[in-house]
Amino acid sequence: MTLAVLPILIPVVMMIIHLLIRKDSVAAISGITGSVMLLVSSGFIAREVFSGDYLSLVAGGWDAPFGISIVIDPMSALFLVISSVIVLSISIFALRLPERKKRLTRFYFFFFTLILGINGAFITGDIFNLYVWFEIMLLSSFVLITLGFSKDQMRSGIKYMALNLIGSLFFLAGIGLLYGKTGTLNMAHLAEILMNDDQSILINSSAMLFFLAFGIKAAVFPLYFWLPASYHTPDITVTSLFAGILTKVGVYAMIRFFTLFFVQDPLFWHNLLFVIAGFTMLVGGMAAISRYETRKILSYHIISQIGYMIMGLAIFTPLGIAGAIFFTLHNMLAKTNTFVVSGLINRMRGSYSLKEVGGLFRESPILATLFIIPAFALAGIPPLSGFFAKFILIKAGFEGGHYWITGIAVLTGLMTLYSMIKIWNEAFLKKVPEQEDRQETRSLNFVDLLPSIILGTATVLMGVFAAFMVDLTLLAGDALLDPVHYIESVMSK
Amino acid sequence: MEILLAILVGVLYTAGVYMLLRRSILKFIVGIIFLSNATNLLVFLAAGLVPGEPVFLESSGTVARELADPLPQALVLTAVVIGFGIVVYLLAVKYRLFHETQTDDLDQLKPTEED
Repeated sequence: MTLAVLPILIPVVMMIIHLLIRKDSVAAISGITGSVMLLVSSGFIAREVFSGDYLSLVAGGWDAPFGISIVIDPMSALFLVISSVIVLSISIFALRLPERKKRLTRFYFFFFTLILGINGAFITGDIFNLYVWFEIMLLSSFVLITLGFSKDQMRSGIKYMALNLIGSLFFLAGIGLLYGKTGTLNMAHLAEILMNDDQSILINSSAMLFFLAFGIKAAVFPLYFWLPASYHTPDITVTSLFAGILTKVGVYAMIRFFTLFFVQDPLFWHNLLFVIAGFTMLVGGMAAISRYETRKILSYHIISQIGYMIMGLAIFTPLGIAGAIFFTLHNMLAKTNTFVVSGLINRMRGSYSLKEVGGLFRESPILATLFIIPAFALAGIPPLSGFFAKFILIKAGFEGGHYWITGIAVLTGLMTLYSMIKIWNEAFLKKVPEQEDRQETRSLNFVDLLPSIILGTATVLMGVFAAFMVDLTLLAGDALLDPVHYIESVMSK
Repeated sequence: MEILLAILVGVLYTAGVYMLLRRSILKFIVGIIFLSNATNLLVFLAAGLVPGEPVFLESSGTVARELADPLPQALVLTAVVIGFGIVVYLLAVKYRLFHETQTDDLDQLKPTEED
């Protein structure tokens, strides 16, 4: 199927186009057009995948497992669709980047490089190829996070680079050891070998290296320090994009690897994942409560929500995995949206600090509504998407008898609600604080609000059509826990 | 040969971690170079060494087991190129940072954490 290459072909074409374009007005049109094309193509891919056939393709005229294969299974398809929605909204949000010469052509070039890496990571069926996509993602994110080269950005950029580079070195070392032990890099082939081998516990060393690598990318408990140190310095457009997608690629890779390969030693791994998940939720949640800068609150929040996804993976029942996927998808949309709204607050008031803003409810009721949707979704208020995500996870937790972790999940839900209410009270309800050097407040027009409207609509739709979405994620969860179909779709080619 | 390379990998990892923990940004970059070279060697070594044999088949009579495996070499080549690109970018950022702050010491950089 040639449809399977579109998620990486479109960004490549867009990159080339944006190298040639010199005018920002043209770049705006082409960038948004490219994002729409991505969304449409991923929609077609998802329809194809959920009608029963996985899309798979082996590159270069070699047969699997020798050629590099591309596989799109239900989980990949879901991630592709949701990340395309985010890509579309961010490509519109980027129109309001700070005024500078050729700002949009530069931004869109690295933007589409990042999308190339992300989409590649979602659809690849080869471990080393995954490493290469991770590096593409990493390099373009380095450039985006230091875009503008301000002092603060470079300081935090160095921290971001340090931990992420070490993460990719762990990843590469894991690949080397795994190849030495099994002699293959193709994911489906590897899964087949490990399934039929009674000594497969020997790959635990590689499993630990992969866990560290993806743990750093996903910002789980002891490895998250790069995230709050760096996410508040780049432009809010870049932060929203990173918050929505980057850490979730780490979660995606973790779910993929720990369902497809590393299932030989469940007692050790699942207990480790439970401990990590619990600490990630609690530490992230508590740190979020203690902050007064919107981007800081939301950054710690990313971490606490990653805990839920890991918890779903650790429960390791079809319902648990489905919950993890549903939660990740809901979180990608809602998280990006809260960052977009905090950018809009900053645009109106010129500050990210909650102590300096206020009175926005009276001034812009639309913005208040746009904040309420993702905030309530994150806190898990029905009928929005977050309620169903948490409901599935907690149900799976009780069914599996994991009372401790489920209790922590409920507690963290309260902390989430508290920190969202804090932003709501301070930014929207409170009176405008008295200040002498206040900037002029600006009002927002429709183009400013459009990214948030797109994301908010997606969140509401995910909540309203929750039954449909749960069915899709259950299908994806079943496919992950019983990878026969996955292996067949690659190896029979 | 394997023993020697294995020791080298260990030494490089040790040196890399030591350099990473220093306060200087330049030494941090050198540490990254050490670590990435150690990892490349590890990948190369893990797949097993076959000394003195070509990677290409000459005729149909050759047994695959006696040939060197070309795949790890291809992997290392890719990883080396990626590592090179990253180091160049790090150096560029370091140059700009030095230009702005006139310091190479990580402790001199004020934390950006506080609200």
